[in-house]
Amino acid sequence: MGHGGGGAMSAELVANVFGPAFASATQAALADSAALTLGGARLAFSTDSFVVRPLFFPGGCIGDLAVNGTVNDLAMSGARAAYLSCAAILEEGVEMSVVGRVAQAMGAAARAAGVEVVTGDTKVVESGHGDGLYLNTAGIGLIPAGVDLRPQRARPGDVVIVSGEIGLHGVAIMSVREGLEFGVEISSDCAALGGLVEAMLAVTPDLHVLRDPTRGGLAAALNEIAAAAQVGVTIVERSVPVPPQVANACAILGLDPMYVANEGKLVAFVPREHAEAVLAAMRAHPLGAQAAVIGECVAEHPGMVVARTALGGTRVVDLPLGEQLPRIC
Amino acid sequence: MTTPQPVADRQRRRVAVRGVVQGVGFRPFVFTLATELDLAGHVTNTAEGVLAEIEGRAEAVDAFCRRVATEAPPLAEVASVRHEPLAATGAGGFTILASSPIGPSRTLIPPDAATCADCLAELADPADRRHRHPFISCTNCGPRFTIVTALPYDRANTTMAGFPLCALCSREYADPADRRFHAQPLCCHACGPQLRLVVPGAADQVAGAAMAGARELLARGAILAVKGLGGYHLACDAGNEESVALLRRRKNRGDKPFALLAGDLADLDGLVELGDIERELLSGSVRPIVLLRRLATARGALAGAVAPAVAPRSADLGVMLAYTPVHRLLLGLPGDPPGPRLLVMTSANLAGEPIVIDDAQALERLAPLVDGWLTHDRAIRVPCEDSVVRVVDGEPLPVRRSRGWAPRPIALPLPVRPVLAVGGDLKNTFALARGRAAWLSAHIGDMDDLGTLHAFDRAVDHLRSVTGVEPELLAADRHPGYRSAHRAQRRAQGRPLHRVQHHHAHVAAVMAEHGLDGAQPVIGVAFDGTGYGEDGAVWGGEVLLADYAGFRRLAHLAYAHLPGGDAAVARPYRMALAHLHAAGLDRSADLPCVRACPEDERVVLERQLERGLNCVPTSSMGRLFDAVSSLAGVCHRAGYEAQAAIELEAAALAHGPADGYRFALRRADGAHQAGPPPLLAEPAPVLAAVLADLRSGAEPGLIAARFHAAVTDLVRRLCGVAREEHGVRTAALTGGVFGNALLLAGCARALRADGFTVLRHRQVPANDGGLALGQLMVAARAVAG
Ligand SMILES: [Fe+3]
Ligand SMILES: [Mg+2]
Ligand SMILES: [Zn+2]
Ligand SMILES: [Zn+2]
Repeated sequence: MGHGGGGAMSAELVANVFGPAFASATQAALADSAALTLGGARLAFSTDSFVVRPLFFPGGCIGDLAVNGTVNDLAMSGARAAYLSCAAILEEGVEMSVVGRVAQAMGAAARAAGVEVVTGDTKVVESGHGDGLYLNTAGIGLIPAGVDLRPQRARPGDVVIVSGEIGLHGVAIMSVREGLEFGVEISSDCAALGGLVEAMLAVTPDLHVLRDPTRGGLAAALNEIAAAAQVGVTIVERSVPVPPQVANACAILGLDPMYVANEGKLVAFVPREHAEAVLAAMRAHPLGAQAAVIGECVAEHPGMVVARTALGGTRVVDLPLGEQLPRIC
Repeated sequence: MTTPQPVADRQRRRVAVRGVVQGVGFRPFVFTLATELDLAGHVTNTAEGVLAEIEGRAEAVDAFCRRVATEAPPLAEVASVRHEPLAATGAGGFTILASSPIGPSRTLIPPDAATCADCLAELADPADRRHRHPFISCTNCGPRFTIVTALPYDRANTTMAGFPLCALCSREYADPADRRFHAQPLCCHACGPQLRLVVPGAADQVAGAAMAGARELLARGAILAVKGLGGYHLACDAGNEESVALLRRRKNRGDKPFALLAGDLADLDGLVELGDIERELLSGSVRPIVLLRRLATARGALAGAVAPAVAPRSADLGVMLAYTPVHRLLLGLPGDPPGPRLLVMTSANLAGEPIVIDDAQALERLAPLVDGWLTHDRAIRVPCEDSVVRVVDGEPLPVRRSRGWAPRPIALPLPVRPVLAVGGDLKNTFALARGRAAWLSAHIGDMDDLGTLHAFDRAVDHLRSVTGVEPELLAADRHPGYRSAHRAQRRAQGRPLHRVQHHHAHVAAVMAEHGLDGAQPVIGVAFDGTGYGEDGAVWGGEVLLADYAGFRRLAHLAYAHLPGGDAAVARPYRMALAHLHAAGLDRSADLPCVRACPEDERVVLERQLERGLNCVPTSSMGRLFDAVSSLAGVCHRAGYEAQAAIELEAAALAHGPADGYRFALRRADGAHQAGPPPLLAEPAPVLAAVLADLRSGAEPGLIAARFHAAVTDLVRRLCGVAREEHGVRTAALTGGVFGNALLLAGCARALRADGFTVLRHRQVPANDGGLALGQLMVAARAVAG
């Protein structure tokens, strides 16, 4: 199970099992989204499968998640998603009304993101072999000229910006799935980030890295970037926007918000000279209203992410382990 | 004096002495011995150790080779004496030659040693030229490990290199008859480092004025940063409640007890219980912090000198005696204006960071914590925090093995290939070993902070350079998330890295320090807070049948949920509720642990326990102590590591012995390797009895005492079963839980009464500070095949 958790075990699986088997010339690293040149055009191409439980949760459902997830993966390459495919795997006996609501949500999410679902497939598996409904989406989009967004491009001096409050999706899902009451309802932040990314690229095409901190949260995203570029990342703990309801839920459960999944946030590594303008552009966009500078990229401690604590220490922020194993207790 | 002698009846030998033989007055000792025996020749320091050539009558030559080991100076430790015959030359006279820096290093750097009695007398003697000299030292005392930059140990290879000797000091340095002959840190008012008092908004003061100013500030309640041997301390008047409370707040220290610095043993009369061993530890050359049982009511001259905020609710006081001249002067010499006689002395660092050793960093980083700095210009090469020790059953039990002990080697029962064992992630110490010697590092700290990771890297490089060990093999814990293990992975570079199970390492450590060669297994009782188990659970209540080659899990505490990792550790009431849940006992609103848990948290926690959400199974004995501490109403929130258990022990001690509760034992289901599945120790009946006691209005102290007795009884029964099934009669007690003096003494006594040979820690800590020693033994065995 840990192998799907977006942490060290997922990385291991890709590096040791899938990577070697798929060895290809164009794509040495199996990133979430691939940048390809085809007939003179630079395309971003991405696919993602969705196995979320429950299918419906505050702030969304598996349908909008499937659209936004792939749209966002493309957006992290700088591409505005153009076309999506959708494959559904239905469990025998799943109610048609459920499938209908999911389909409606997908349509609405696609329209909102300005993307067309153009091809698809449906399979049915025996009862007991699926949690009602699985979705897979793939998408393509054009990468604008001059845009080259890759984790490897993070450079010391880059300013690290997060587009808004973290931890909402993971806590929302967990509270409905496990029947937890936190006093206030916590909604997923599920959203398509194509428009926000366009607004950022309008300031300068020279952003270095964009990443959507989904599974494994901000901690996983920052660690992957630090490892890929062999740079250090230093963040200031108290500047990371954590909504109070997430902080409270995490404190009660013993979770760290830095490791909780997001579905409508991005983290950007921006050259220092553009940071202020990019931040302003983000804040002008509804999905970036709470954007904040959370730290910087440094030459020291390559491959490591550290957080400056309120007490003045520098806590090491690890890549999450696949399971919730306390490192120390 | 060099009249040639007839060669016929004379012998000449080359004598090589290895061990801690440099910087401890060894060459003058050789000189004196040789002269006394009427031997000619010379002696020198080499990277190999001390090398002498002696020539004279055969009996005298023999006597020399014998006495060079048995009569060595106090700080020396002779590991070996080897000699080979040479042709006699007939040359007369005995000389001390300059050191030769060639060849691989085999010599040992001595630890830092507390100011000796001779130096203390001179310090206080107005007629002495070192009267009130803050850096007074001699071949029998002073800084060593913390000032060495390279081998051989010579002034040029220390941080004293920048202080050229004045004429008077040079003479002492060169005179084999002088106590300061080749004392590398030797200096005086004229040629040594300078004290400096830095106070914001005032002009700096130096030398005597700096010390006088510092004493005055302390007397007025100020908090000072004081540069010591292995780092900066924060100091304040221990009798000033406001100052101590302020220091607590500034350091964000919770309720963790502070250690005290005293001038001499007499100052402790009326405050704490002092046995002979305690006195010896306090006043020896190591001078660790000794944990001493407080007297119920303090009396005597210094009865009011320990403010309540020093060690709230603690049964012990941690005390050390002044071990540097700076400390002695801070506490005042006869004739000084009155000032604090007891000082709080705590490592100067920001929460989680390593102790500060660098002057610029001290000025910058400590600024929010202190009102001034008493510093000087002798650099500290490596950090070395104060050692901590307690006495259990008349023997020292190290809590932290650091200043004064590091880097003194531990003798190994078996020779090992050069190896680096990186230790654990809490209270990290690492070890380098080669042959039959293991050098344990000073205390590094918890591997959470980037600064600590860097300190670890620097300390590894420093210890390598002073021991000359080039590891061919590395050892680390099996926990996939341990940063110490990641450090080892990074350093391995093709060399084998052996991962050692946490509790196996604990057991191997206690075996190694007792000189066991591993031919026979022991019953290892490893009780601690946490360690990664082979099944992915958090282990910590383990009975292992172990040798260096491997282990079998004979018994363990039955699993309960650890709800939310660190949250469960910081809030013992969560562990209490988790254990009640596991035992199927009710969590009614009148229980102290339920009252301690906020309502919204309790609702979620119940759900969490039911669903196993963010819960890991644990057999941790440390967490069971936490749970019972909260159940009994003793401690619900831990402000420092093991606070709940420490306060539970204090409550039990205050109460006195009581009949124990009783754990249930049953076999785990299913097959297990070869042999029967492990025994499970079920806390359910213990917890049920605690609830019954609570309902009948029992004191927390009674519950605490009965719980301690229950764990003692459990250890006794589990060892009994293990002996029956495996015929092993040696039991090893290890893991941080055995830092609990009441439990350790009780278990050792019970097991001895049952005819067991009991092994417990005496040289390295029972906690994770001793882990590296066990790791290296297991790794060396694994690689040897
Ligand atoms: Fe341990
Ligand atoms: Mg994705
Ligand atoms: Zn001395
Ligand atoms: Zn001098």
